Amino acid sequence: MAETTKIAFTGKAAVLEGLPEHPAVKAVLAWNPEALADAKFDCGELTLTIAAGQIRAAAATVQAAGYNFFEDLTAVDWFPSSPRFQLSYHILSHTLKEHIRLRVLLDAASPSVESIIPVWPSANYYEREVFDLFGITFDGHPNLRRILMPDDWQGHPLRKDYPVEGYR
Amino acid sequence: MTDVAGTPILEAPEAIGAGDQHMVLNMGPQHPSTHGVLRLVLEIDGEIVVRLYPEIGYLHTGIEKTCEAKFYQQVVPLTDRIDYLSPMANNLCYCLAVERLLALDIPEKAQWIRVLLSELTRLNSHLVWLGTHAMDIGALTVFLYTFREREDILRLFEAVSGQRMMTSYFRIGGLSMEPPLDFFDRVQAFIDTFPEKIDEYENLLTGNPIFRNRLKNVGYLSAADAVALGVTGPNMRGSGVDFDLRRDMPYSSYEKFQFQVPVSTDGDCWARYLVRLVEMRESVKIVQQALDGMPEGPITADAPKIVLPDREKMKTQMEALIHHFKIVTEGFAVPAGEVYQGIESPRGQMGYYVVSDGTAKPYRVHMRNPSFANLQALETMCKGRMLADVVAVVGSIDIVLGEIDR
Repeated sequence: MAETTKIAFTGKAAVLEGLPEHPAVKAVLAWNPEALADAKFDCGELTLTIAAGQIRAAAATVQAAGYNFFEDLTAVDWFPSSPRFQLSYHILSHTLKEHIRLRVLLDAASPSVESIIPVWPSANYYEREVFDLFGITFDGHPNLRRILMPDDWQGHPLRKDYPVEGYR
Repeated sequence: MTDVAGTPILEAPEAIGAGDQHMVLNMGPQHPSTHGVLRLVLEIDGEIVVRLYPEIGYLHTGIEKTCEAKFYQQVVPLTDRIDYLSPMANNLCYCLAVERLLALDIPEKAQWIRVLLSELTRLNSHLVWLGTHAMDIGALTVFLYTFREREDILRLFEAVSGQRMMTSYFRIGGLSMEPPLDFFDRVQAFIDTFPEKIDEYENLLTGNPIFRNRLKNVGYLSAADAVALGVTGPNMRGSGVDFDLRRDMPYSSYEKFQFQVPVSTDGDCWARYLVRLVEMRESVKIVQQALDGMPEGPITADAPKIVLPDREKMKTQMEALIHHFKIVTEGFAVPAGEVYQGIESPRGQMGYYVVSDGTAKPYRVHMRNPSFANLQALETMCKGRMLADVVAVVGSIDIVLGEIDR
């Protein structure tokens, strides 16, 4: 593991040059090279940044490339920098035995992205969780309601402008 | 803010034209068979479950938010509290993630002790599962037997870490302290007798026709559904998907251990029961291998700026005292980056996603907990089946609400 963690590629061009045979990179390039906004390989993990409007199609593309298991979705709030929100989709391949990360960057004003439930139904709770804690909406989600916080809660606790001890 | 609709299932009978035929039944949040505070809203037609809607969040304590206000090493005790039945698995996953960001090399002895304790944690967790699951079905005796053995494991945890449940024994860079002198002998004594105890449980349950009939062909989940719904761990392997992170993507030197991964293609509660029982026997084998081949050497990485110094050194050496003071008051900076570390916890694939911005506090810590995703499959397993089977299915997927709500 120590060997793989030392290899790092930063930027789309470096990844395309360093990992041209990577199945996820190949699949995304064959589908739509325009949608791949950025890429990096760090700590033994490949991160592909996908244009915001294309995430559902990108998910379907990597699923067809052998990344069959949706593992995790969460967000990072980079307040006050712009773009403010980052969505991280962690996808596992049972056959290739590897994780990849799809990343989507969203602006602070009404952050919204397509739901990937048609590709992986398991994204259901995860999208509700991100909506609940970050206030990012998912178009096409059948039941986008708060999941952890009470239904009448004001605000989204995991945003960086939300204080750790709540509003007093 | 988006407007909040009522619980959709409560408005359902008119919407689907069923009128008075269907009844809405509320189960929980204080129902003993829901293993915590889980509320299930069920729409039933007679005794048949038409729809099922899990309502969670009663135990939400905002651990992910709290992590952002702590130093990296202060997050370890928080991870215990997520899943109170397998604290070591949470400790391990978090430590591995941060160690990857720091590019630390962990000494072999620490890795092996981590494997040993992770497997004891698996036994601990499966014992609680077996006892409570059997109790839900009506076999009260087994609960007393499994908690007897669980007590032995908790005593081992107490011996090694000073705590029975919230161990916090794994630290970033290794372990918090050397295990006591007789620790390995005590573990050996425990696993020498443990396989007989599993036989004892099997005598009480596996051949018991009532238990068998309550589980066989109940709560069916196909392999395709298991993958689509994000189900992992013994539940997934009980449905025929042969994948185990310990074997397929080894971490913490699991690649040096020989063990079988039990898989069943039946996909019902009975298959999940059998898979977990075989897993317990395999865990015993891993613990035995860890005891036999336990390497010698240090238990912490050689990183004085990250690992707290030895107590004696701190009292006698200026350097060590300075490092100790710095780590405790200022923490240690972790290089900017993001990492996702997955491990096989007793309940399935656990993942910690740690984002660092280069300071001494994590910018974001997210836990992918197996129970959260496993719960999504509950409706698929229960739909069209008897109401009484819901209790058997909830028991068989082995959820811990502290982990779901975080």
